[in-house]
Amino acid sequence: MKSLIDLKSVFKYYKMGESIVKAVDGIDIKINQGDFVAIMGPSGSGKSTTMNLVGSLDLATKGDIYLDGKNIEHLEESDLAQIRGKKIGFIFQQFNLIPNLTAKENIMLPMLFQGVDEFDREIRAEELLKLVKLEDRKDHYPNQLSGGQQQRVAIARALANNPDVILADEPTGNLDTATGEMVMSFLEELNKKGKTIIMVTHDPNLAKEHARTIYWMKDGKVSKTTFGKKYSKNKKIPISKRRR
Amino acid sequence: MIKDNVLLALKNIRNRGLRSWLTMLGIFIGIAAVVSLISLGSGLQSAITGQFSSIDPDKLTITNAETGFGPPGSTAIKKLNSHDFDLIESVNGVDLVIQRIIRVVEVNYNDISKFKYIANLPEDEEQIKVIYDTLNVKIIEGRLLTKNDRRKVVLGNDFLDKDEFGKEVRLGKTINIQGTDFEVIGFLDKAGTFTINSVILMPDEDMRKILDIKKDEYDILIAQVKDQDKLQEVKEQIEKTFRDDRNLKIGEEDFSVQTPEQGIQTINTILVIINLVIGGIAAISLLVGAIGIANTMYTSVLERTKEIGVIKAIGAKNSDVLSLFLIESALLGLAGGIIGSIIGLSLAFSVAYIVQSTFPGLNFAVKISYPLIFLSIIFSLIIGTIAGAFPARQASKLKPVDALRK
Repeated sequence: MKSLIDLKSVFKYYKMGESIVKAVDGIDIKINQGDFVAIMGPSGSGKSTTMNLVGSLDLATKGDIYLDGKNIEHLEESDLAQIRGKKIGFIFQQFNLIPNLTAKENIMLPMLFQGVDEFDREIRAEELLKLVKLEDRKDHYPNQLSGGQQQRVAIARALANNPDVILADEPTGNLDTATGEMVMSFLEELNKKGKTIIMVTHDPNLAKEHARTIYWMKDGKVSKTTFGKKYSKNKKIPISKRRR
Repeated sequence: MIKDNVLLALKNIRNRGLRSWLTMLGIFIGIAAVVSLISLGSGLQSAITGQFSSIDPDKLTITNAETGFGPPGSTAIKKLNSHDFDLIESVNGVDLVIQRIIRVVEVNYNDISKFKYIANLPEDEEQIKVIYDTLNVKIIEGRLLTKNDRRKVVLGNDFLDKDEFGKEVRLGKTINIQGTDFEVIGFLDKAGTFTINSVILMPDEDMRKILDIKKDEYDILIAQVKDQDKLQEVKEQIEKTFRDDRNLKIGEEDFSVQTPEQGIQTINTILVIINLVIGGIAAISLLVGAIGIANTMYTSVLERTKEIGVIKAIGAKNSDVLSLFLIESALLGLAGGIIGSIIGLSLAFSVAYIVQSTFPGLNFAVKISYPLIFLSIIFSLIIGTIAGAFPARQASKLKPVDALRK
């Protein structure tokens, strides 16, 4: 099986005053294409740092991270930006929509940075709005949308450039249970269509319920790897071959 | 891409409404000052030069001591006399000497009294002609004075205005000047200078009688020079003759010989100084404006740190972030420049309108200089860009992970 993301003995140390914080202290993770991964752990365990490294938002102190066979640790910021824009879709706990832009404009934004022309951007945005069932909210600004609606816009935005990987940082953290479930079902839906999902959460139930592979982190290290409820019974992990 | 960035920047500017306006204020005060002053400056210059156009380029004006631009005779200065007249006439290169008396008199008409300028008309036919030519007067009603007229006056155009004495002064009417009645035989056409519009022209003999001026006493002597190119030479010659006559050393002169250019030059020097001072104020304002833009952009970078992190996460390169912020500050400058030019022009037109209605005779016009406006707008665009450069660079260099953590 082809591994899409490969972390090889990755370290991330921060200097905090006199002391050194070992946020990520030597981890090796292989994530296969089409997997639904949850990175679990209490706060300070290094799970967010790991996600930032995978998402190339941050560079490791030591170690190599391969994305689709390419070592992203030795790239220039502008190349990283291109890779992020093309291959990775981000979903944040705080939604992080641009407040000055409407739902549709927010979805069009990642395509702008990839040089997609306006006509194609509009078509794609309309398509994605339909997918997240927000066609009637396309001209609303983020502050006119509920939390759940904002997170759906964020999902649509993450999908704009049709990335291989969706990185979701506590995607339900700011939502009530029902809306959270809806967002999770969207992610599962995407996973079935072949997207690799990497979700960071501190909620063990959420991880067990939806993810296939769960990495438990503690003190910057992966303490154990388990499988989610739906997959734990049969060790042979079925991964959909259908992409997109 | 540029178009999209411009649209994004516009959205950001609009979103910050009042703050964007306040930011532009600095720029547009500076630009408004520059545009209005330069537009008015040329109008001012031609208006002031117009005031001096009544002096021909081949004439020297001789007065006792510096009388400045106030009405001669209003100060207690020793008058010029026939001896001085003869001295000037004897100088080589002087063609003709004309004596002038210019005073202020009380005029009564329709039971309303007013103070007006009055000027004498010499008795010599040739001299009268020179004065008419010099003042460039044209008759609009009636006729001009000739050397045989007595107890008659010609009035400036202002007297035709019925507001002046409650009712219009008409041809053939009698007007009382310093207690003596005079017949009005003509009105002058509207002139470019307000002194001519409000003047009374009176025969020399009558004027000396009513104002009790001795026969050989003059306010101003005007020397017409044979060769205009030798104006400076003749001027120096007259000065030397006067010094010798009055036993004065260089620098002790109690008289002045002015060339027409001197008057204009004095005014021009003042204009240049005014322009420099106001230009300095405008420059300070533009500097303050630029700092204002830089400040707003810095605040904007701080406020939108997280936003910068987000757009970097979704694929914006450093150069994208840089251009977004640069375009935004350039647009602030551009808008400031455009608004400033509009305000500057309106200001110039209002001032011109007020001046024109206060001094109807004055030829005061605003000159719109399109290159100036174009340059002002480009200049403020550049100021905006420069002011935004550092904040934009700072924004673009933010590490996405640090920016997102805010």
